[in-house]
Amino acid sequence: MHELSICHALISQIENVATEYQACGIEKVYLQIGALSGVESQLLRQAYTVASLGTLADGAELVIEELPIRVRCKRCGAETEAAANRLVCGKCGDWHAQLISGDELLLASLELIH
Amino acid sequence: MCDTCGCNITPGNAHLVTAEGKHAYTRSGRESVEVLQNLLSENDHQAAHNRSHFDTHGVLAINLMSSPGAGKTALLEATVDALHDQYSIAVIEGDLETENDAERIRAKGIEAVQITTGSACHLDAHMVHNTLHHMSLDGLDILFIENVGNLVCPASFDLGQHLNVTLLSVPEGDDKPAKYPVIFRAADLVMITKTDLLPYLQGFDPQRAEGYLRHLASDAPLCSVSSTTADGLDTWLAWLDIEIEKQRQRVTAGETQRPTIQPEDARLHVSHSHQHVKHSHG
Repeated sequence: MHELSICHALISQIENVATEYQACGIEKVYLQIGALSGVESQLLRQAYTVASLGTLADGAELVIEELPIRVRCKRCGAETEAAANRLVCGKCGDWHAQLISGDELLLASLELIH
Repeated sequence: MCDTCGCNITPGNAHLVTAEGKHAYTRSGRESVEVLQNLLSENDHQAAHNRSHFDTHGVLAINLMSSPGAGKTALLEATVDALHDQYSIAVIEGDLETENDAERIRAKGIEAVQITTGSACHLDAHMVHNTLHHMSLDGLDILFIENVGNLVCPASFDLGQHLNVTLLSVPEGDDKPAKYPVIFRAADLVMITKTDLLPYLQGFDPQRAEGYLRHLASDAPLCSVSSTTADGLDTWLAWLDIEIEKQRQRVTAGETQRPTIQPEDARLHVSHSHQHVKHSHG
């Protein structure tokens, strides 16, 4: 359940941005999470409900965009989608591949209430 | 510690701490601010500070991760026995409760500080930072950080270490890399431990374990060791020798290194293509 720790960090970031922009509340929180980030969206949602209570983020809608895992093959150069435990080239099957997307854990944007 | 080395913002994390939002307004008149900040940027900032502290003292920091009972402490005991004449070693132990592991290391005459996390399932950079206040890194060659036994959560938190080592013990089964890809992908070295049990647990095939690891697009070296018989220990010790030398060269050159999983801009690929962030200009 490290999602709760991550949520506390998220709330702290949200409050920093909200304070910087002199907002009195937050309408929506947009996150981008890759399947290889080690964070489960569903658990994050549950943790967020608890972690946001009494904060500026209390009541804000959490919008999570789950990003697909993509790899670039170091041998044939193809860019393909991959499964979390099979990060091999989808074209030639070689395992010498580089992850180009799928491990993101980002606070993308906020909609602030003034 | 903070008074002497300061909170360094490195090229690796500067974009995180200086990220500035862009303005836009939604149809309903709400102000929309693009942030594009790593959710773990606060932890990463502290981790960079820890790493800088290690580099200042010329210490190589290694994070050991595995499931509970895979043999992290036993490996450290065997390592200390083999290297205590050659290198100065210290250990940070992470567990939910008890001083047991730190006491085992101290019994070898080595400084060990126990972090008891209570209910937390992983160490983070702040816990390690707090512990560093109680340790002297002067003259130290290696600091081992034995993470909480857990194949899930520790992988997400940079502690400031230079290298990640993930252990896979024979009784766990050879398909753990396929089941827990995030933590095995994070490894700079994977060690199969308790190999003295291989004759009794014939379902474990080391080659199959390596196959699962390679399917994670990992080219991390894989070595096999039994801390009980010391079989295979030489390969691990030789790897440590090389990494200590590399760290000395980096320190001399004023450079540092992050583990494989935390290269610059990791988890920020998407910040180069903002198509996912839609602003409704009203």
